[in-house]
Amino acid sequence: MIQLKNIHKTYYIGQNSLHVLKGVDMHIEKGEMISIMGSSGSGKSTLLNVIGILDNYDDGEFILDGKLIRDLNETQAAKLRNKTLGFVFQSFNLITFKNALENVALPLYYQGVKRKKRNIIAMEYLDKVGLRDWANHLPSELSGGQKQRVAIARALIAKPKVILADEPTGALDSQTSLEVMDMLREVNQTGITVIIVTHEHDISMLTDRIIRIRDGVIGENIIVEKLNQN
Amino acid sequence: MFDLDKWQEIFATIRKNKLRTFLTGFSVAWGIFMLIVLLGSGNGLQNGIEYQFQSDATNTIWLHPGSTTMAFKGMKPGRQINFTNEDYTFVKENIPGIEEISARYYFWENRIISYKKQFGSFDLICVHPDMQVIEKIVIDQGRLLNQVDQQRNRKVVIIGLPVKEALFKNGENPLGEYIRVNGVPFKVVGVFTDRNDRDQQRLYLPISTAQMIFNGGNKIHNLTISTNISVKESEALEQTLRTKLAKLHRFNSEDKSALYIGNTIKEFKQFQNMFMGIKLFVTVIGLFTIIAGVVGVSNIMIIVVNERTKEIGIRKAIGATPWSVIFLIIFESVIITAFAGYIGLVSGIGLLELVNKFMPASDFFRSPEVDFNIAVAATLVLVFSGMLAGLFPAIKAARIRPVIALRDE
Repeated sequence: MIQLKNIHKTYYIGQNSLHVLKGVDMHIEKGEMISIMGSSGSGKSTLLNVIGILDNYDDGEFILDGKLIRDLNETQAAKLRNKTLGFVFQSFNLITFKNALENVALPLYYQGVKRKKRNIIAMEYLDKVGLRDWANHLPSELSGGQKQRVAIARALIAKPKVILADEPTGALDSQTSLEVMDMLREVNQTGITVIIVTHEHDISMLTDRIIRIRDGVIGENIIVEKLNQN
Repeated sequence: MFDLDKWQEIFATIRKNKLRTFLTGFSVAWGIFMLIVLLGSGNGLQNGIEYQFQSDATNTIWLHPGSTTMAFKGMKPGRQINFTNEDYTFVKENIPGIEEISARYYFWENRIISYKKQFGSFDLICVHPDMQVIEKIVIDQGRLLNQVDQQRNRKVVIIGLPVKEALFKNGENPLGEYIRVNGVPFKVVGVFTDRNDRDQQRLYLPISTAQMIFNGGNKIHNLTISTNISVKESEALEQTLRTKLAKLHRFNSEDKSALYIGNTIKEFKQFQNMFMGIKLFVTVIGLFTIIAGVVGVSNIMIIVVNERTKEIGIRKAIGATPWSVIFLIIFESVIITAFAGYIGLVSGIGLLELVNKFMPASDFFRSPEVDFNIAVAATLVLVFSGMLAGLFPAIKAARIRPVIALRDE
């Protein structure tokens, strides 16, 4: 599903340059649920941006779902993100003046789905995450866990092949964190690849595989099952 | 572009940010309001003065004899020049292209007018029938003076409406009644009105009758001709008249105070030019007011885009294309400016209508109005400026990288 070969990425800030990704090689199969771990500054967020086609890379090769992703213009990138990728963020990133239903329906708006139809679909997804009764509430009226569930419903509605979650539990207490992870696991069981960036060990232990990134390269590649057997 | 869904998305955004929308719209509404009021007042000013101007014909040349200031052929300066009926005939026969011509004979004193026990003092002006056209008087009752009155020295008079009101206090019909002018009975044959109120406080008498009855001899005080020629031609005509009359009355044709010449053709043109200038000035001010409004909207939209950076980033992360973001911002701006502009337009026109209705027309201000084309043009300018106001912020918004949205606060 995702293949990264020798990916390099350098940021230029004024006259300084920061070489963040120094040749990342990574392979993620379809239907996997993996976590990417690393200390801050290790490049894990940059890696997620590259995978999410939110940022381009300087050198190497990135193949997403059999397609080489390189030099896309903004419009192409936007369409690909819309169709293949779903995002879940630490800070939820819901649009504050839209209610839960409208937030969930937004990706379908960008696919050109008619309002009535997309609201029906959005309601189904809200139901799936257990928030049918909260459809008309604004994000400010929801708890952290509820917001994240809305965000997950929004990520799922476009039927993506990959869910990218950047610290999805970072702003949640441990009980809610577990609920969110359960939900992501359910998503994964429908065949969607799930990639979670986290720095919490407990959270990473709930995925199939942990990829540890150190200083812009892949450090370790740990199969969680084996870890548990030990 | 006319996808209902897109509009709904924009309206939803506008509805949920009411204060922002109001503040954005206000500057535009104010700009258009000012433009309309300015243009309307400009027109009102012009209408007022034009109305005054049009109380008399605007294609006339007036000739007033004066006294010489230069010696001429052995005659000393300070000699009084007098016009007589011969000058009237001379000008009438020697100047081509004259439409109307009339002499005037005034009474400077003893202007007592009476009817039964009512007395009044009004301007007595003795004229040829043509003067009624030049003065643009309008008959309210009866008839104008005519050639037959003139030829037969009839003792008839037409009186202004205020004169009628002053003398015929009991509401009698003045037609056919005799009023006394300095003791001599004259038959009222007409009542007239004139746009210029001062020109209504008058009586017009046939000049031939007046000369005969009031010992005027063949003396006249001035001459007026009307003619349909251009400003340039009228200046040439002035010169011709000056030369010919100088020869006839034997004064130096360079001696301006021997003969005063008024030229309303030239004055009217100057007046029109002045108003073109005022109109241009008012339009430019109005346009700058709109531009200020557009800059205001643009500024606010830039702030809005900054505020919405995160939202736009989120939208882009979940699949918004740069074009859809541009559309969102530009059309939000267009809708706000168009709507606010419309409010400004309507309230501006409303104010002008109120002024028109409740403020009495004066010499300087009358029926302020904005013509329909200008209103339509202003609306188009608005929609266009809304686009312009949204353009730069929209481009800025389209350039926002979705990575920003990922960044945690």
